[in-house]
Amino acid sequence: MSTAAAHKSQAHTSADAPPVIELRNVSKTFGEVRSLSGINFKVHPGEIVGLLGDNGAGKSTLVKTVMGFHRPDSGGEIFFQGKRIDDWSVARARGLGIETVYQERALCEKQPIWRNMFMGREPRTKWGLLDVKKMREESARLMSEHMGFTSAAVHPDNVVTTMSGGEKQGVAITRALYFDAQLVILDEPTMGLSLTETKKTLDFVAGIKKAGKSAIFIDHNIFHVYPVVDRLYVLDRGKVAGVYDKSEISMDDLIDRLYRVARSGSLE
Amino acid sequence: MATETVSAKPKNNRVAPPSMLRRHGSQLGIIGVGIAMWLSFVIAAPAVFTNANIYLAFMQTTPQFGIIAIALTFVVITGEIDLSFPSIMALGTAAFCLVTASFGQHWILGLIAGFAVGALCGLVNGLLVAKLNIPSLVITIGTSFLYRGLELVLMNGTGVPMTAKNYPELHALLRESFFGVPVQTLWMIVVLVALWVLLNRTRFGAHVFLVGDNPTSARLMGINVVSVKTRAFVLVGLMAVFAGLLTSIYGYYFWPTTGDGFLLYTIASVFLGGTSVFGGTGSVVGSFVAAFIIGAINAGIVSAGINAFYTQLAFGLVIVVSVVLQTVIERRIRRQSLTGR
Repeated sequence: MSTAAAHKSQAHTSADAPPVIELRNVSKTFGEVRSLSGINFKVHPGEIVGLLGDNGAGKSTLVKTVMGFHRPDSGGEIFFQGKRIDDWSVARARGLGIETVYQERALCEKQPIWRNMFMGREPRTKWGLLDVKKMREESARLMSEHMGFTSAAVHPDNVVTTMSGGEKQGVAITRALYFDAQLVILDEPTMGLSLTETKKTLDFVAGIKKAGKSAIFIDHNIFHVYPVVDRLYVLDRGKVAGVYDKSEISMDDLIDRLYRVARSGSLE
Repeated sequence: MATETVSAKPKNNRVAPPSMLRRHGSQLGIIGVGIAMWLSFVIAAPAVFTNANIYLAFMQTTPQFGIIAIALTFVVITGEIDLSFPSIMALGTAAFCLVTASFGQHWILGLIAGFAVGALCGLVNGLLVAKLNIPSLVITIGTSFLYRGLELVLMNGTGVPMTAKNYPELHALLRESFFGVPVQTLWMIVVLVALWVLLNRTRFGAHVFLVGDNPTSARLMGINVVSVKTRAFVLVGLMAVFAGLLTSIYGYYFWPTTGDGFLLYTIASVFLGGTSVFGGTGSVVGSFVAAFIIGAINAGIVSAGINAFYTQLAFGLVIVVSVVLQTVIERRIRRQSLTGR
């Protein structure tokens, strides 16, 4: 692991506010498979962090650990805005303002759009009952304002199964956006999307930074990742193989190193 | 990728919101079957079916399993099944009888004990299914024997008379007609309204659909799948005890075999009502209507003077035909919304 780079980036931002999220020495074992081992990882406020690595490098496991879906093995610690949090869970993470667009989209496809849009944090009326009217209206508004669907084209009562891949991704992204998250995690958001849909998604990532929020961006395609990120983590076989500020590495150099790490397990 | 073919459909196929038929197709189907069946009864035996008595008869008996069917709909929507509710009916009612008898006919204490036992049985089912991930089909067969066995041991295999003299309040609440309307059906309507609100207008209800549709997605979005499933099983436990009391009071006697014969009627009501065995979709109104269809076949065949041996045949026909119809309608609707035709 290139500790020099890790130290350098730490020194470079330590004067600022504490990281939005920080993982210290996080490992995750499934039975006999060690998916993550000794991960140190953080995202600063207003920073877009790229996460690169081959299939099986541990990217998705890392994301799901950040989200509280997986509980880290004992010894690992998770800090949110500098505070150690022990009862980390998805509900907790979302409550603190972390939203994720999952690779598998995490939609319930037999349900209408409005149920998907507010999954897990359904609005309630003052009587404590589900505010279905608000869920329908807000879904219609969000779909037309944020995803550029003309309001007539997608009705909030449409069932998700009937939608195209891009439209489904639109629902997943809009859902993450709606709740005004501090940190948005995008796990392979452009997979299976058309060119225009991909551009829309990348614009969305750029918009996060403009709004002063943070993001973790995972994508196989380094040409998508490199232009929008501030810092890059390279994962290999469950370990952080390297951390780079974008200013200190060119795209060609990065590609070279990614090939090398895939072959030899070392960046140098 | 399969989804790519979808984007090839005509551009303007989803301009209109989903039609009434698309959204409520299966419910309309079941109501249609109900009306068709009723008309055929009227034609077969007009004297019987234009007389109010026949309706009063099955409005007293249908809720005995219909109330459970409404609650069971929740469990089926979460993608599970509960086969132990007939035993919970008996065990809960047994607890009611024992506690009432040993505390000087204190029937309110008895009710509390009965419902507590029902909730506990549901909790055990729910935790075994959701927490330990045991298939509900398997484990609730096990707990069914467990609860029934416990009840038989507790009651020593004997029943308890439940006459109006012994339980005047319960008879007033659960047996006497209310302005000429069978009180059992009124209770079933109360349960329907309450559980409709629970399913369609609370977060718990919303999560029931999401958990049944895709448990992984639900967990990724922070929904506690174990808790949602467990609560659905507890609901069935509570309603099973209520139904056990209704049944025993109706028959003036608590039989240790209470609940035997209810299993298939109840489950058939849920599936006939359009709730999908795959989870994620379903309707308590559908289960309500379907329960009355099944209740009507039972009462109708006998009252129409048709040989009672035909009952099962009629059940079979109605269930098979309507489930086939539902599947065909649903597939049509699905294809329509995919192709725009």
